[in-house]
Amino acid sequence: MKEYLLLFRGGNERLNFSPNDMQEHMQRWAQWMSELGKQGKFAGAQPLVKTGRVVRGAKKIVSDGPFMEGKEMLGGYLVCKVDNYDEALDIAKDCPILEFEDGAVEVREIGEMRM
Amino acid sequence: MPPHPYQVTKLTEHLFRTEAKKMIAVLTKIFGTENLQTAEDVVQDTLLSALDVWKLKGIPDNPSGWLFRVAKNKAIDIIRRNKHSLQYDFTDNEKILLTSEYTLTSAMDNFWQEKIINDDLLRMMFACCHPEISEENQITLILKTLCGFSTVEIARAFLTSEETVSKRLYRTKEFFRQHKIKLEFPAADDIKTRTDAVLNAVYLLFNEGYNSTNAEELIRKDVIEEAMILCKLLTENSHTQIPEVFALMALMCFHSSRNESRLTAEGEIILLPMQNRSKWNTALIEKGNAYMNKAAFGDVLSAYHLEAAIAFEHCSATNFEMTNWKIILQYYEWLMQIAPSPVTALNKVIVLMQVNGAQAALLELQEIKDLKKLGRYYLYYSLLGEIHLRLNNKEAAKENFDIAINLTQSQVEKKMLKNKIVELLN
Repeated sequence: MKEYLLLFRGGNERLNFSPNDMQEHMQRWAQWMSELGKQGKFAGAQPLVKTGRVVRGAKKIVSDGPFMEGKEMLGGYLVCKVDNYDEALDIAKDCPILEFEDGAVEVREIGEMRM
Repeated sequence: MPPHPYQVTKLTEHLFRTEAKKMIAVLTKIFGTENLQTAEDVVQDTLLSALDVWKLKGIPDNPSGWLFRVAKNKAIDIIRRNKHSLQYDFTDNEKILLTSEYTLTSAMDNFWQEKIINDDLLRMMFACCHPEISEENQITLILKTLCGFSTVEIARAFLTSEETVSKRLYRTKEFFRQHKIKLEFPAADDIKTRTDAVLNAVYLLFNEGYNSTNAEELIRKDVIEEAMILCKLLTENSHTQIPEVFALMALMCFHSSRNESRLTAEGEIILLPMQNRSKWNTALIEKGNAYMNKAAFGDVLSAYHLEAAIAFEHCSATNFEMTNWKIILQYYEWLMQIAPSPVTALNKVIVLMQVNGAQAALLELQEIKDLKKLGRYYLYYSLLGEIHLRLNNKEAAKENFDIAINLTQSQVEKKMLKNKIVELLN
């Protein structure tokens, strides 16, 4: 069993959704994750708010951020517990962010630090 | 126009009984039995909110829906506030969804679906009746947590002190904290004994409603109704459909069919011989018969079967004189064999008095084992008074009626006993 981090990017279009459309859309997120929960593959997820700050370099300069193109915008994350990348990718393919042309899911395995 | 505060209190009191137990069950499922206190606090808060808001804005169209929504929101608040606390274990597949903002609301909604709440309530009753919790502690917890009884009322029902009741509650919660008992239906080979414990609690609850220790009212219909609702849940669930469940349901139907005839308009007791039998609720008696038929499968003859049979004899007698006391006495003798108790022995003496007269009853009464347990039980002295009255020992009769008056907290009982004294002095 391995852990994979799924990062949801893009899909900014939904910021213009009506409250009803937004609710319907978010229900699909909840359904997607509930299904993972039932299968015992869900290990956590949180949405992120749109704006943030970035601390950069040795001088620790703080700026508004993260200055990314719409499609790069990080909207949230999920951690799932599956055996391999293929399974993680299958999960990612059902992510509602992909309802948007510019939506993307970045899939990364969570590593172990061996020292 | 805002409703009269009293009205709100009356309605809320009813909802306390009917909805609070459901909320407790759902919240206990969410937070775990080890956090029963959290569930109780949320329910308490919810009911207080209801009182506050309804006083100002009136009672909402769907009060239960209102309560559930508020309880749900309070539960969500607690989860958000305790995100990183280890107090709540949300690691199971369903609960883990409560830890994510994406799924918190929808996962919470899932816990509150109407169709699963009744099952949760039954599971909660089974948790309260866990075999490693003593029977007394089980019943105390059900009465307090699920049925909203005060410790005073429970103490009266068990012929014990308030302090003992508080200790029992504490011990049971401590057991839950240590063992984190899951809310689930018992395994098939346990279901019989586990259901018996639940039935015992329902039975005591019914008795409390049927012959209330509450100072003002003798019959508390809301409590009777609660007992019948809980038992009905058991009759409807395939896990718990054993003969005893139907027998107890029959027993409660027969007894409560007489409610309207047991008190005068002024709330004074009308004794069985004087009751207007046309006021007996025939629909409930028929219901009782139907349950009795359902109880008659397998080879089980439980105390509930016998008590239901006794109640049926009373219900089917056209008048007091026509009562088949002999068969009732027979039922009591069987009852003493399978479930002997001082209170049953006492009731048997009452029947014996009808069949063999007061002198025989007096002898039998002195034979009761564990007479000490009845030492604070008013019915013992009230019966002793009655026996002496029939034997024309007026002084002894008055003496015992006086003790009974001091022992019962029910104003209605007091009044009835005082009337007897007045009569015997004339």
